[in-house]
Amino acid sequence: MARNGAVTWRRRTEKIDGFDLSPSDSEEVHVLAVDDSHVDRKVIERLLRISSCKVTAVDSGRRALQFLGLDEEENSNGFDGLKVDLIITDYCMPGMTGYELLKKIKESSAFREIPVVIMSSENVLARIDRCLEEGAEDFIVKPVKLSDVKRIKDYMTREFRVGEGERGGGIHKRKLRDSCDLSSSPPSTLSSSPASPASSPSSQSPSPSPSILSASAPCSPSSLDSPTRRLKMTSSE
Amino acid sequence: MDIVSQLQRQFIDYSASLHHEGFVDDQFTQLQKLQDENSPDFVVEVASLFFEDCEKLINNMARALEQQQGVDFKQVDASVHQLKGSSSSIGAVRVKNVCISFRSFCEAQNREGCLRCLQQVTHEYSLLKNKLQTLFRLEQQLLAAGGSIK
Repeated sequence: MARNGAVTWRRRTEKIDGFDLSPSDSEEVHVLAVDDSHVDRKVIERLLRISSCKVTAVDSGRRALQFLGLDEEENSNGFDGLKVDLIITDYCMPGMTGYELLKKIKESSAFREIPVVIMSSENVLARIDRCLEEGAEDFIVKPVKLSDVKRIKDYMTREFRVGEGERGGGIHKRKLRDSCDLSSSPPSTLSSSPASPASSPSSQSPSPSPSILSASAPCSPSSLDSPTRRLKMTSSE
Repeated sequence: MDIVSQLQRQFIDYSASLHHEGFVDDQFTQLQKLQDENSPDFVVEVASLFFEDCEKLINNMARALEQQQGVDFKQVDASVHQLKGSSSSIGAVRVKNVCISFRSFCEAQNREGCLRCLQQVTHEYSLLKNKLQTLFRLEQQLLAAGGSIK
C-alpha cells in the first residue's frame, strides 16, 4: 500500500495506461488457473509465477466463468479489464468439468481466442482427443512440472507473435505446433519434456483398469486408455 | 566439521533417505526447486495443504465406508481419486500407491479391501507427516545456523 497520495495516483495512472496498451507490452502473460484441488492450485500458481506469469487461481469452472464475466447468473463487473492470455484447467472437477469449461469458453465470441490447456492425472486417449477436438491447445498429464509450464508459455508467446492465421480447428493447431521447432521435447501428452531431470513415465499413474463406475462418474477412466504418442494422433486426422 | 556443514550433511542425508525409502519421489524434488527467496516456505505450505487434504479425505472415506445401509463406493472412489491426485502432485509415492490399490477395491465394491486400504493410507499419511516434519525441522535448524539448503 502506498503511503502518500501522490504515489498512489501515479501508480493508478500507470495501471490505467497498462490496460489501454496491449498485454504483450508488459511482457507478463496473465494466466487463469482452474483446479478444485488446493494442493494443485498452489503448485500451478508457483510454477506459473516462477515462469514470470501473472496468475489468478480459482477453484471451479463456475468461478472461472465469473472471473471472465461469462457467468449468466452473476455478471461480474470488476474483472473484465484484466485480460487473460491463457486458461489452464484441471479436467476432473466437481460441478463443471474442465471439458465443459473449455466448451463454454470456445462458444463465447469474446473469449474463444484464449488458448486453453487441460491438465489431467489420467492419460486417457479418448479424453485427450475430445479436448483437442473441442479446441484445447494442449493437454498436460499431471503432476505438472516446470518444463510443462515453460513449454506452454513459449507456445503462447510464439502464437502472439505469429498471429492467429493458422487457427482452424484443434487438430490443425496440433499439426502446426508439431512442425515447429519446439526444442527437443516431444508433445506433453504422455510425459514431461526430457529436459526435466527425472521425468519418467513410471512416475505417472499406470494405465487405469476398465471401470464399472465409469458410466456415471465422468472422471473415471474409460477403457480406451492406451496412451499414444500425440504425433501419431495428429497424423491420423 | 563446523556446525553448518554438519547440519547441511544431516539435511541432505535425511532428504536422500526419504527418497530411498520411497516416501517421496522426484516430484517432491521438483517442488523443493521451486522454493527460493521469493517463496521461502513454499514446500512447507504445500505440505500443510496436503496434510489438510489427507485428513479431510480420509474422514470422508471412513464415513462413507461405515454406512451400514450400503456403501456408496462411487463416493469413496471420488475421495480416493482426489487423494491420489494430491499425493501425486506433492510426490508422496507411498500414499499414492495405496490410493491406486484403493481405487481397485472401490471398483470391485469390496468393502473389506477398502477398509484395509483406508488403514494403510492413514498409516502412510502419518508416517509421511512425521518424516516431512523432521525434514522441515532440520531445514529450520540449518537456516538458523546460517546455512542454506541449496
